Amino acid sequence: MKYLSEYRDPRAVRALSRAIAERTTRSWRVMEVCGGQTHTIVKHALDQLLPAQIELIHGPGCPVCVTPIEMIDKAVAAASRPGVVVCSFGDMLRVPGSRGDLLGARAAGGDVRMVYSPLDALALARRHPSRQVVFFAVGFETTAPANGMAVWQAARQGIENFSLLVSHVTVPAALAFLLSQPDHRIDAILAAGHVCTVMGLEEYYPLAARYERPIIATGFEALDILQGVLMAVEQLESGRREVENQYRRAVRPEGNPQARALVREVFEPTDRYWRGIGLIPGSGLRLRPAYARFDAEARLAFPGDSPREDETCLSGLVLQGKIKPPQCPAFGNPCTPERPLGAPMVSAEGACAAYFRYAHIPSNRTVFAGADE
Amino acid sequence: MIEPPPMTGPIAGEPPAAGQGLSCPVPRANYERISLGHGGGGRLTLDLIRRLFRPAFDNPALAEETDGARLNLDGAGIALSTDAYVVRPIFFPGGDIGRLAIHGTVNDLAACGARPRAVAAAFILEEGLPAEHLKRVVASMRSAASEAAAGLEIVCGDTKVIEHRSGGENASSAEPEPSGLMIVTTGLGERLLAPGPSPRRICPGDAILLTGPVGDHGAAVMAVREGIAFETPIVSDSRPLWSLVEALGREVDVHALRDPTRGGLATALNELASTSSTRFVIEESRIEVRPPVAALCEVLGLDPLYVACEGQMIVFVAADDAESALAALRRSGAPEAVRIGSVETAPRPEVILRTAYGALRPLDLLSGEQLPRIC
Repeated sequence: MKYLSEYRDPRAVRALSRAIAERTTRSWRVMEVCGGQTHTIVKHALDQLLPAQIELIHGPGCPVCVTPIEMIDKAVAAASRPGVVVCSFGDMLRVPGSRGDLLGARAAGGDVRMVYSPLDALALARRHPSRQVVFFAVGFETTAPANGMAVWQAARQGIENFSLLVSHVTVPAALAFLLSQPDHRIDAILAAGHVCTVMGLEEYYPLAARYERPIIATGFEALDILQGVLMAVEQLESGRREVENQYRRAVRPEGNPQARALVREVFEPTDRYWRGIGLIPGSGLRLRPAYARFDAEARLAFPGDSPREDETCLSGLVLQGKIKPPQCPAFGNPCTPERPLGAPMVSAEGACAAYFRYAHIPSNRTVFAGADE
Repeated sequence: MIEPPPMTGPIAGEPPAAGQGLSCPVPRANYERISLGHGGGGRLTLDLIRRLFRPAFDNPALAEETDGARLNLDGAGIALSTDAYVVRPIFFPGGDIGRLAIHGTVNDLAACGARPRAVAAAFILEEGLPAEHLKRVVASMRSAASEAAAGLEIVCGDTKVIEHRSGGENASSAEPEPSGLMIVTTGLGERLLAPGPSPRRICPGDAILLTGPVGDHGAAVMAVREGIAFETPIVSDSRPLWSLVEALGREVDVHALRDPTRGGLATALNELASTSSTRFVIEESRIEVRPPVAALCEVLGLDPLYVACEGQMIVFVAADDAESALAALRRSGAPEAVRIGSVETAPRPEVILRTAYGALRPLDLLSGEQLPRIC
């Protein structure tokens, strides 16, 4: 497949794996920020291709995982109201709130639909003017432009039965928070390539300088990630601490100016609570006052109780890269993808689910002859 | 009746539960309501079968965990299989719900080593269904049956009409879908392969063969549902497999067969590993995924190893028979047949994937349905 298979070429992967091993002289811990990168690493077992001194630690970039429990409760509450249709991306449907998940709300008779784009939800609102269509707007700077576009179009077209339940978060504020923790274990960061496609690189220069850590904008294929690790290792080994762009085929230094302008038009920064991590100042987006009438929270007036997280779930430490999923006492028992206690066990991008599905198998077992052809 | 060995072992990939072996025979339902995930073919479906249906209906044929039952009636070896078809849309590239209903049932019989002899069909029609659609589907079933095996007839049936139901509308398509049609087919077959395939006959040392590329059917249906078009259209692989199985059975002793339908290759392998209490080691690089299927899965964030096939068979034979089995398959309508792995002994059932980069990881069951990722 053009633009994909060349970034999965086994020979190139093995060559990069060797290059990393040759370049590494001491222990380094590299954090990949994005859940999509975690998924690639665990699915292809890329960490088995790295020297023992390189530890990959998984960052907080799983949008499903960091969405606060009370926002999920609000989405579930909205879905159980008559005349309300809740639209969401697929893997958000199974994330548990304190009173069940959206799939459960649908089984109980709520109108919950999976969409691939917020514009599909807007089209649904246009077709059903008598219903309130709520789109659950989660995610990082990658999903913000399309969600902003849906609201912008709704305003232009006068579609007043459409609203967003906004739980947007932004990466740089979260990285600053993690790097400012005294006990953080991060030597270098692989920044999320898709976020950089939208936002560019400029936000990362002050972070790299202040916290003296290499930050590499990195893609999502096996080759991208290994190349990102190699670039990080080369910086660390040679004493450099800079921003570099591995994902040049998609990321321009200035990002996507149109998308950024749209996000600025519709959203403004706000403090945001991250599930498992806590309140991070300036780390979220909310609708600007000019678009406040499309805010589902204001429109549907949810009762304001604060639900509690399950205390045996240590997903907050997982999301900060402080522990690996199997180190959580709840991992595998009782917490499983069928009965998740925390969100990282739900999404394919969640570190716990990735470990549960693709848990590592040591030793090179023999396989049948001819397998290397 | 056949006496299969007792059921043992946890569900493949499941962490061993404390106090295993003392499991409660009373069906446990830990969920208050059925969700779509229970129909996804993954862990939730298996849970429903193993904790609810099987304890309630307990008998040796059911315990074999095949898609069709292998029975002995007055010395005659027969196979019986039933399936419900609810696919939307009812017409898709490469087939329709009627062809699918025949092929699915015929293939479940073939996986029991049985030549399909008779099919019963029940039709559940939603009011408002265009009669022309029903006519097309019925004609299609008729021709699918005559292609599937000589002398195969659709011998009895039933019709029910239900009220038009709201819902089912796809949020991402501009128009609501036409009214629905669901089909339940039951097939009766004559077991001709001896001793005949059964998951219980899978043993360490067996070779695992696959008749062709995976994911075509599921991808074809999803592409229509989501309105995604490619330069090369994705066509369902729905086809009858009895003649292939018959040709194979003439050449080698077939240990086990399974058509990887709902839940795809990965799910079928996990079920078989679990039933046979063995470990499968699968070579990722040997599994073919056609480029447009791979592209669709990339777009939707899905793994093709979990996407349904309707015209492929997973075949288990002794390693010594692998080459002649492959030759027979390639001669008889499966030119792309390949060996994808081997069976090993293991302390507990599991399926291991050797990735294209040589690393090893479990190929697990999904919980419910595959859900597209956010980004």
